[in-house]
Amino acid sequence: MPVNNENWKPTIVAFCCNWCSYAGADLAGSSRLAYPADVKIIKVPCSCRVNPMFILRAFEKGADGVILCGCHPGDCHYSTGNYYARRRMTLLFSMLDYLGIEEGRTRVEWVSAAEGVKFSETMNSFVEKVRTLGPSVRLGDLRCKN
Amino acid sequence: MQKIGVFVCHCGSNIAATVDVKKVVEMAAKEQGVFHAEDYPYMCSEAGQSRIAAAVKEKGLTGIVVCSCSPRMHEATFRKAAERAGINPYMVEIANIREHCSWIHKDMTEATEKAVILMRAAVAKVHLNAPLMAGESRVTKRALVIGGGIAGIQTAIDIADAGYKVDIVEKTPSIGGRMSQLDKTFPTLDCSACILTPKMVEAASHENITIHTWSEVEKVSGFVGNFTVDIRKKARYVNMDKCTGCGVCQEKCPSKKPLNEFNRGLNTRTAIYTPFAQAIPNVPVIDANSCIKLKTGKCGICEKFCQVGAIDYTQKDEIITEQYGAIVVATGFDTIKLDKYGEYAYNESKDVITSLELERIMNAAGPTKGHLERLSDGKAPKEIVFIQCVGSRCSDDRGKPYCSKICCMYTAKHAMLIRDKYPDTNVTVFYIDVRTPGKNFDEFYRRAVEDYGVHYIKGQVGKVMPQADGSLLVQGVDLLDNKQILKKADMVVLATAIEPNPDVRKIATMLTASIDTNNFLTEAHPKLRPVESPTAGVFLSGVCQGPKDIPETVAQAGAAAVKVIGLLAKDKLKTNPCTAKSDELLCNGCSQCANVCPYGAITYEEKLINDHGIRRTSRVAVVNGALCQGCGACTVTCPSGAMDLQGFSNRQILAEVDAICR
Ligand SMILES: Cc1cc2nc3c(=O)[nH]c(=O)nc-3n(C[C@H](O)[C@H](O)[C@H](O)COP(=O)(O)OP(=O)(O)OC[C@H]3O[C@@H](n4cnc5c(N)ncnc54)[C@H](O)[C@@H]3O)c2cc1C
Ligand code: SF4
Ligand code: SF4
Ligand code: FES
Repeated sequence: MPVNNENWKPTIVAFCCNWCSYAGADLAGSSRLAYPADVKIIKVPCSCRVNPMFILRAFEKGADGVILCGCHPGDCHYSTGNYYARRRMTLLFSMLDYLGIEEGRTRVEWVSAAEGVKFSETMNSFVEKVRTLGPSVRLGDLRCKN
Repeated sequence: MQKIGVFVCHCGSNIAATVDVKKVVEMAAKEQGVFHAEDYPYMCSEAGQSRIAAAVKEKGLTGIVVCSCSPRMHEATFRKAAERAGINPYMVEIANIREHCSWIHKDMTEATEKAVILMRAAVAKVHLNAPLMAGESRVTKRALVIGGGIAGIQTAIDIADAGYKVDIVEKTPSIGGRMSQLDKTFPTLDCSACILTPKMVEAASHENITIHTWSEVEKVSGFVGNFTVDIRKKARYVNMDKCTGCGVCQEKCPSKKPLNEFNRGLNTRTAIYTPFAQAIPNVPVIDANSCIKLKTGKCGICEKFCQVGAIDYTQKDEIITEQYGAIVVATGFDTIKLDKYGEYAYNESKDVITSLELERIMNAAGPTKGHLERLSDGKAPKEIVFIQCVGSRCSDDRGKPYCSKICCMYTAKHAMLIRDKYPDTNVTVFYIDVRTPGKNFDEFYRRAVEDYGVHYIKGQVGKVMPQADGSLLVQGVDLLDNKQILKKADMVVLATAIEPNPDVRKIATMLTASIDTNNFLTEAHPKLRPVESPTAGVFLSGVCQGPKDIPETVAQAGAAAVKVIGLLAKDKLKTNPCTAKSDELLCNGCSQCANVCPYGAITYEEKLINDHGIRRTSRVAVVNGALCQGCGACTVTCPSGAMDLQGFSNRQILAEVDAICR
């Protein structure tokens, strides 16, 4: 549901693995590389710690986009974690798309600890994409208010 | 119910200039379970930490949230502060409102709103934190050094001198690395072998050092303090205990075709060979790809001539398994391939060479016995052109984006040595910038220009064109005079970019150490922890971490050794308590988790279980806390939701999600 309201602020959850992407986000910070404040980062030890349940919950609670960042293939601190994450997310995202959570609202991106620039660029482009899609309402219908 | 304290740091103006810290405190105080909220200019300072302690005491806090810089910066500081104040260090969470907020946002309202949300997520998490106890693991008091260049040798000697055992694993037949290929070294022009050989001997004869040459690391498992490493000792076909290093085998070997790697392929060697005269160990290896006996079964000449019966064609690769407390990577570098740089005619002309090839040509033990001559016709070159930055500081994907750092200095060295020994040979250097920071470095470069008459031209070379008469035509520009230059040369030397040894990827993967986009190993912190890798127990020495000359390499090698010694001096280490744990009531013993665990930390046990009063025996997953590294792969795989990760539990992460999406 695209909105024309320029002031609309999407809610974006970014899961970042501790070893590469969280450090990449830190580097974006220390290099003062701006990206929208809509992005809120949750630190996980590895991309493979992200349970599909967390992503479903985010959409259920009103997130408009969820991005998962991990080390580049072959560089995962635990060797293979990001391969698991990649397989799981491929499945989950196609299922979400089927449920009406468009593909553009979910993303997996590999960001190394040295890629502050990539982190910032990724977040800018992801937020931009989510903005064009507008608020996510599909799972919001089922929103379970506490 | 937790009693939580929220501490908001100004970080001077780093946070406070963009985030309204008072507002964050005000909002924190409204959060459920928050019994105390305050802000302070520098929370990490002694005074800031004692405010935390005071609040803990006064309000009986059980959990702490610090809104500050990245947890990668100060999580350990605040955990220690909590411990001193009498609460479990794992009851602390950090809301990163500097790197992830104040430093990237400009608008105060927006940044403050975000800081409040990050604070709430941390508070929500702490509500679910549980005290965790770090376990203990033993430290194996032995270190492994991978790579036997000057970096590896120096690190090994320093560790061994402190009284610990060290093993060096070197891939080639001898230790020594690139430095053994160099002729003279800047900035003092002393002969490389003269300063390196004593170090090699010292390492080889040290009672605490074991050297495995012609060997490679095959497999690494375990963790800091307790690595288990498989080392492949490649078949040498020469019995190390019997061989006296007399060299008669190499004189007699009829297979003389293989390219001599040590001389960068500029000449050939025999199938049985020691790479260079001062090799350590001074025991040859047989190159199975060119040995006639090993390939066809005929020959056996070396065996016949060997007076001590050291030749053994039946040798096989051997895998040995060793335990180490710490691992140092010192795998060094190589020069890049020049296939993508057709314009320099490197593949077309024998007289276009790399600087490393020039080192071999200038060396008395090299392919020309130290005479400076053209490889095409053996004539002495009268005009030599050096081209700087070949593949360094390159903006396209043919080369490397970084400065190789050593080339300006070694080119000045080469130019000076040539002008000194062959005064009637002209030397011209094309450069983009001359970079000579370092003690006595600029003086060295100026000597080349002022005392030795080396002609430096600022500008790039577009093309090197081999001519019919065997000469080379160099087309370049002189940026200062703003003119095109066509220069006839007899020899062109390319200051070829260096890159990490290609093996480093394999090594880094085995060690779960990270490498950057240029394949250099990443340090734990670029400024403050330059010789540690982010992986605990893995350290970095030499050029594998970034371009360096010998003095810098040796300094870093010593620094890495100190870190290793600090680790090996401990008897026990605290282990990360954020490990996986399975709920025995929920686990159905399906084995899915063990399949994904990269560390083999999960086993299964038949256990007597009290399931709400009903006793049953059941096969359940058990996590070995010493092996589990806390990645969490198993928690997501577990179909019954039995497996969870302490410190990053499902409920904790969901609480953060909820707080952010509230
Ligand atoms: C042309 C040239 C001229 C130079 N001149 C000078 C000079 O004059 N003065 C100066 O200060 N510096 C000079 N340098 C720089 C100097 O060579 C380096 O600083 C130094 O060699 C770095 O040492 P290192 O031990 O880090 O790496 P290396 O010397 O590359 O040693 C690495 C070692 O690790 C081994 N290895 C690699 N992979 C594995 C593996 N998987 N398993 C086991 N072992 C492995 C290699 O075989 C090698 O023995 C020059 C460099 C070049 C290219
Ligand atoms: S050291 Fe000098 S020649 Fe080498 S890459 Fe850097 S600037 Fe170029
Ligand atoms: S979290 Fe699970 S998969 Fe990861 S190391 Fe521990 S037991 Fe193995
Ligand atoms: S640690 Fe970064 S993806 Fe596994």
